[in-house]
Amino acid sequence: MRAPTRGPFDAAPPPAAARMLPAASVVIGSLITIWPFITSFPILPPLGLMMLLGWRLTRPGVFPIWAPLPLGFFDDLISGQPLGNAMLLWTLCFFMVDLIDQRLVFRDFWQDWLIASGAFGFCLLAGRLIATPLSAHVDTVLLLQCAIACLLFPLVARLCIWLDRKRQGTT
Amino acid sequence: MMAPSRNRRPGFSRRAQYSLFLGYVIAVAGSLVGAVLLALATLDPPAFAALRASMAEVTTPVSSGIAGVGRGIAAIPSSIGSYVAVHDKNVALQKELDDIHAMLMRARSLSYENRRLKALLQMREHTAGPVVAARLVSSSASSTRRYAVLNAGSWQGVKTGQPVRGPEGLIGRILETGPNSARVLLLSDPESIVPVRRTRDGLPALAAGRGDGLLDIRSATSANIGFEKDDVFVTSGAGGIYSPNVPVARVIKRSRDIALARTFAQPDTLDFALVQQAFMPEAPPVPVVAPPVTTRKK
Repeated sequence: MRAPTRGPFDAAPPPAAARMLPAASVVIGSLITIWPFITSFPILPPLGLMMLLGWRLTRPGVFPIWAPLPLGFFDDLISGQPLGNAMLLWTLCFFMVDLIDQRLVFRDFWQDWLIASGAFGFCLLAGRLIATPLSAHVDTVLLLQCAIACLLFPLVARLCIWLDRKRQGTT
Repeated sequence: MMAPSRNRRPGFSRRAQYSLFLGYVIAVAGSLVGAVLLALATLDPPAFAALRASMAEVTTPVSSGIAGVGRGIAAIPSSIGSYVAVHDKNVALQKELDDIHAMLMRARSLSYENRRLKALLQMREHTAGPVVAARLVSSSASSTRRYAVLNAGSWQGVKTGQPVRGPEGLIGRILETGPNSARVLLLSDPESIVPVRRTRDGLPALAAGRGDGLLDIRSATSANIGFEKDDVFVTSGAGGIYSPNVPVARVIKRSRDIALARTFAQPDTLDFALVQQAFMPEAPPVPVVAPPVTTRKK
């Protein structure tokens, strides 16, 4: 397959490092869980998912629709959830955001925040139902974890925008 | 207001249209694959242990490196403090040593007597020897399951099912092993169940994890059992995994059928965890000889 030729006035394609930066930031978000810290209840927000949705909602063109599959696979390997959990749930989140993109074309940040909060709630709750038996007493902590994730989302979105500026060299 | 976030029609380029469509096909197919993997992993939890173990091989050295730096920093205040307080501490320790000496003498004689009585009973004591002492380096902090990663694996002799204990009490058991790392199911995991008994009267019970750091203790024999506050539970050795008499939990609230309990061991990267051999009590030789004796007596 031949690459489309670049015209003399087209922008130069970004270097490989810049193209990998969004994916790398999501992977690093997932990797926060290897920080040496033994918790006795789930308190760390799902930072991989937060980075992924941060990129998706602030810079829609960055990730293709299938991007959650490899990123979710990586997250499953280290998060402790059963394999396939993030692959499935993150992709469903991407589908939902894609649908909302068609219906709600003009949005501002508040709506993005609401969408992201819904996605975090959905992923955490579904992950809890999949991974742990119903009788486990994790729901209060789960609510707390969900609230932390929602409150941290603006910060993550700002981080994504900042990284994107760095990536394109416009600081 | 933002601009329309995305123009879904990529224009008249057939190639761009196809690649967009192909992206959707891959995403749908991939999420179906994810669902199948999820079903497999739920039905057969150890199914993808090898994948996770190989990932843990990479992440464990990083975690233990960071933990080492953290330990170094955490040790600074205490080492300064110990220089300052060394004299007072010396006096206190001296006094404590004198106090303990008498107790030690008594314990020695008791231990000797105990050993003699056990030899008299020809009881075969199965001591669960230690396999390796290592550190827990990280945990599943964002998941509702409670796993920790241990900095030792099958090359150090760690095998699936071996119990892990800390200085204060039981921590959990090994779930999956890699060459240099292992995944530990902590006591507080919702799927962890440990057979225990009460130290006061030997009441057999089960300690099940709740997922929020505490344990549920329920009686294994009969209902309508009262649990007092500060009842201490140790492993009973039933089931053959955990060796007996390892402290497990202390009841925190007086209650009837199911008691809330807090574990003795609070897993921490600063402390060592000791992996022990799985405890499998062999059939004691005495009962094999016993039946003919009883029949003769009849």
